[in-house]
Amino acid sequence: MENKPIRTDSTQPWRSALALGLVVIIGTALLAAVNGLTRARITDQEQRVVLEQLQQIIPAELHDNALHRDYYDFSADTAFPQGQIVTAYRARKQGQPVAVILRFAAMDGYNGRINLLAGIAVTGQLIGVRVTSHKETPGLGDGIEIERSDWIRAFNGKSLQQPTLEQWAVQRDGGSFDQMTGATITPRAVVNAVKRALLYFQQHQQELFETPAHEITEK
Amino acid sequence: MTLASASTSANSKVNYRQVFADGLWHRNTGLVTLLGLCPLLAVSNTVINALGLGMATLLTLVVSNVCVSLARPLLRPEIRIPAYVVIIASVVTVIQLLMQAWFHDLYRILGIFIPLIVTNCAIIGRAEAFAARNRPLAAAADGLATGLGFCLALVALGALRELLGFGTLLRQAELMLGSWASALELVLISDYSGFLLALLPAGAFIALGLLVAARNWLDARMQAKSQNSHVRQASLREQGGEA
Repeated sequence: MENKPIRTDSTQPWRSALALGLVVIIGTALLAAVNGLTRARITDQEQRVVLEQLQQIIPAELHDNALHRDYYDFSADTAFPQGQIVTAYRARKQGQPVAVILRFAAMDGYNGRINLLAGIAVTGQLIGVRVTSHKETPGLGDGIEIERSDWIRAFNGKSLQQPTLEQWAVQRDGGSFDQMTGATITPRAVVNAVKRALLYFQQHQQELFETPAHEITEK
Repeated sequence: MTLASASTSANSKVNYRQVFADGLWHRNTGLVTLLGLCPLLAVSNTVINALGLGMATLLTLVVSNVCVSLARPLLRPEIRIPAYVVIIASVVTVIQLLMQAWFHDLYRILGIFIPLIVTNCAIIGRAEAFAARNRPLAAAADGLATGLGFCLALVALGALRELLGFGTLLRQAELMLGSWASALELVLISDYSGFLLALLPAGAFIALGLLVAARNWLDARMQAKSQNSHVRQASLREQGGEA
């Protein structure tokens, strides 16, 4: 069996190649130009989104630094499983540490990853927790969003002393946190992830505030 | 009808009325040819999301059709498909960057579905079937008609699902139009507990099925009507002849 090659206009194949190359060059030039024009604005927009998220947790009057720029990334497998990259934003007032906001994730939600922000004051008390994105079931697990229910506010003011370490779980697991009707896995994942973040803060507080900004440290 | 409009040669005059009738109704991308269903079903849970994706797709169709039409002298048969892909991908990426810069919050909601416009086969379909054979103005008109048809189908689906799912229309309009637009939200059913199914993918399929059925019913009615009037005219003529 011989396969006959498909014959097209093969008289001058280089002309086809040239034409396609020209299309690619024009397309690439256009993209480079638009990228150059929009890059600064996109960075601004992304930083604005980050700052808005952070200021939902720490009000502007509690700090005087640009906390969305005072951050560093790290990974720490025991506290933040599955190799996730955690970002620590530091809030300071007149150079003194006030609080740290950790951007991390609970990997064991009902539909996988739940991205979280948790603000922890130097006293070890939680200032607030917010869910930034998740894939939980609409109508059941999405009660963790602040737009949908007040559940997430239950973390405000909590610490590893209040409630006690054993009480850091949802009620079904013998803890003190409410679960939602019809959804246990989602709140359990969030509560456990926040607990691990608090434990990490307790053990690495100094490091969290003293690591210089914008550096990736491996642990 | 699709074949007829597809094979319009560059020399023959383009019937713009026909182009728009085809794009909006007879071969509506969302409701008849059912191309590009993935984004259609995924982001049509509110009117504003649907409108955002619809406008982005509309813009992509117009610009890519014009570019393909302009590139006609270069597009030898053996390279035309890769050339379409390069053109469409470039156009979509430009639109994505512009949206990221100026409609950032809406972009964050539509997310992956903006770059996925590249894979909407309706776009390469129009490039091959129409834009590669027609002048830029006609290609732009075809892109506009097809895009409007897709956008309207998306918005209709979004309105149906938002109404059933949230009991509102135009919620979160501020994402697209700025903060003044948050007043646009119409709460049609107050104290509505929400109908989850309408917001889930299954509800998207059901709502799309209902819309397709409604379009087919209207189409059948219109055809029956025009047939009736033909018959009536014919019989009137006969009667006139007898008299």
